[in-house]
Amino acid sequence: MAHAHHPSFAHEGGHEGHHDLEELRKFGFWIFLITDCILFATLFATYLVLREHTAGGPGAKEIFEMPGVIVETFILLTSSFTSGLAVLALNAGSRKGLLGWLIVTILLGACFIAMEVTEFLKLVSEGHTIHSSAFLSGFFTLVGTHGLHVSLGICWITALIIQLTRHGITPVTQRKVHITSLYWHFLDAVWIFVFTFVYLMGVR
Amino acid sequence: MIDSIKDFVSWFFVTGDPLIYGADVSIVLTTVAIIFVLTYFGKWGWLWREWLTTVDHKRVGIMYIIASLLMLFRGGVDALLMRTQLAFPDMKFLSPEHYNEVFTTHGVEMILFMAMPLMFGLFNIAVPLQLGARDVAFPFLNSLSFWLFFMGAMLFNMSFVIGGSANAGWLSYPPLSELTGSPSVGEDFYIWGVQISGIGSLMTGINFIVTIVKMRAPGMTWSKVPIFTWSVFSSCIAIIVAFPVLTVTLALLFLDRFLGAHFFTMDGGGNAMMYVNLIWMWGHPEVYIIVLPAFGVFSEVVAAFSRKRLFGYASMVFAMLSISFLAYFTWLHHFFTMGSGADVNLFFAITTMIIAIPTGVKIFNWLFTMYRGRISFETPMLWTLGFIPCFVVGGMTGVMLSAAPADFQFHNSYFLIAHFHQVLIGGAVFGYFAGLYYWWPKIFGFKLNETIGKWAFWIWNIGFYVCFMPQYFVGLDGMTRRLSSYGWDRGWWAMNFTSTIGGFLMGLGFLFQVWQIAHSIKFMEKDTTGDPWGARTLEWSIPSPAPLYNFATVPVVTDRDDWWEEKERIAAGKAPKAKPALEPIHMPKNSSIPFIQAICWFTVGFGLVFHWLWIAIPGFIGIAATMLAHSFNYDTDYYIPVDEIKRTEAEAGRIV
Repeated sequence: MAHAHHPSFAHEGGHEGHHDLEELRKFGFWIFLITDCILFATLFATYLVLREHTAGGPGAKEIFEMPGVIVETFILLTSSFTSGLAVLALNAGSRKGLLGWLIVTILLGACFIAMEVTEFLKLVSEGHTIHSSAFLSGFFTLVGTHGLHVSLGICWITALIIQLTRHGITPVTQRKVHITSLYWHFLDAVWIFVFTFVYLMGVR
Repeated sequence: MIDSIKDFVSWFFVTGDPLIYGADVSIVLTTVAIIFVLTYFGKWGWLWREWLTTVDHKRVGIMYIIASLLMLFRGGVDALLMRTQLAFPDMKFLSPEHYNEVFTTHGVEMILFMAMPLMFGLFNIAVPLQLGARDVAFPFLNSLSFWLFFMGAMLFNMSFVIGGSANAGWLSYPPLSELTGSPSVGEDFYIWGVQISGIGSLMTGINFIVTIVKMRAPGMTWSKVPIFTWSVFSSCIAIIVAFPVLTVTLALLFLDRFLGAHFFTMDGGGNAMMYVNLIWMWGHPEVYIIVLPAFGVFSEVVAAFSRKRLFGYASMVFAMLSISFLAYFTWLHHFFTMGSGADVNLFFAITTMIIAIPTGVKIFNWLFTMYRGRISFETPMLWTLGFIPCFVVGGMTGVMLSAAPADFQFHNSYFLIAHFHQVLIGGAVFGYFAGLYYWWPKIFGFKLNETIGKWAFWIWNIGFYVCFMPQYFVGLDGMTRRLSSYGWDRGWWAMNFTSTIGGFLMGLGFLFQVWQIAHSIKFMEKDTTGDPWGARTLEWSIPSPAPLYNFATVPVVTDRDDWWEEKERIAAGKAPKAKPALEPIHMPKNSSIPFIQAICWFTVGFGLVFHWLWIAIPGFIGIAATMLAHSFNYDTDYYIPVDEIKRTEAEAGRIV
């Protein structure tokens, strides 16, 4: 690949001696996602161990309100779809389409976060806090960590949108779009597990 | 007003112990001396440009090594304080409370702030050079990793004079480490010091995996990768799987302490054994993370100093990878006594015994490499030879401990202490010393004095056995760990006293090493060949010290020990490999962001330790701002022109 960032200090065996620097960074991000996967796995394990430890307080069945959670789920799944459309627009070389779909994605992400914060605030106002029981400690930490990841993703994509308006589509911004999109899909997949193990198994 | 300031100061600073006052004075004096020297010689700019903002893997490696040797000194002093107390149990040299703080600090320092950085230092120095690469995959991230480690270590070390040290053991088990058991800020210093440096370690793991997978020189297929690099690869796999668990575990403990959550508390449905499981899911892979690269060093050294190809390369690689896999399935052997039931204990006993097999395979590989080799006994080889018997004994006692029913007797006794010191010192530390002596000329361009090095080796080794062999027996006699005093009627004194003598001998060995380094800097035996040991891998094909860009032209690899084969070809009168014409070299620019961001992390940690959000929040803002600044910076690289490469190579006596 011939572009401005001539990656001559990156190379791989068997090739001509040059390896694409941006490919290297994408690969690094995949490895990072493995570590993030394990981070969530640890939180899931902790939650599942402590799920029944309600210390005499309310359990999942009593406090979860499914309609809101289902709406949240659909919003996040849709945002994953629009993030995919952003990558398709990128591949088609359409900066306008790319920016548009990225903005839709972060707006949907922001709706998701707003709903989650509302859910948390409602629980707290009813007296169900992280302090109440091991079950709630696990719940707030697991779901909150996911929410924190989504919030970070929103900030990150916002920064990327500004960079795209400044630099246009270059190998660097292209790689950044790919990586944020990977990250976003990953959070979506984690949410499926949150939805299943925390909410569906909780109210069963 | 004055009274409230007085109250604050006596709470904020650790007071009341003459040892601590002495430390306060020496910290102030050292700081003043450093500032004076830097100002007097006008070196601030140099420090900033050449070191604090560098992204060069060799310099990052040197900084890791310097930091780790300082931590070795502090951890070593802690060890000697404990040994002094145990040699004279009635002298009340340390109070029981102080003793708790000292053993906690000793463990954390030695594993996390000595072994890890010394290992990362060797990664940084050797891996890109062995691969024929110009740097690691992510030089910016590499610098950030170092500074996160450094700031985490400083935060932890600070607790010694400010706020008070952690005292709940090196793994900080709840419920003791919960707010009810440890109301002081010591545990929070532990949590944030380890957390911040742990994030750095995790990123190093990612960085080196990508480097090894993607940046090997052309022609270096997996079966031609140098064995040390393979060991780094297997260690990094264990890092990326294990360290996220540590991050979560510490975060949960902090939530318990900070927000009153109930993960590991005794009330509210918490489960303290959950913590012990989680921390060892990280902690057990961690010991293999530390020891695998040492195995890699031994394998390089034994081949180089036997002038023979490493015996059983493939089995060595397989053994290391299987260790990094199996390491994840043995954690429960640290607490067979928890009462998980016979079936669970049986599973972990068997996995523990199985993991000894690949380790045993390696011992035979080293022995067969030496068999009929032309062995010479320079210091790297001496440490390797010292390692083999030491690790065999340490490994055997490990297998004894792995038998769950027997472990109920050994558990938490000095037998265990002797075992893990024997594998960690005899395995990891000896390995790092061997690696440090081996690669020293490559990094610094001069050799270390061999005579003083041999003295250091023998004093260390004799000291080691004198110190730890009696501990096995005193452990079998019933002495438990973390005991600050014991009665004379126990009959433990003679062995404890002997052990203390050994401890001080090891301290003397360390002083010899310091003397060796100082002496060698003064008398500067320059390495002009670039290959002082007659070694085998690519790093020895370039001048010492390695130039900024490492390789003037990217090497093309055709053999496993490529440099050795090249030398053989030249000796046989054949033409050396043709080198391509010089091209401008693409390099990453220095960056001040890693250093600044790490200071922000330090600020966050410090603020959260004292629950002072007015300090923590600006820190968080700083982290976000530096991350964005890096993301928006598109001017991150430059080219070294051909003329400059020619000049540098000519100065090193190479014609290109």
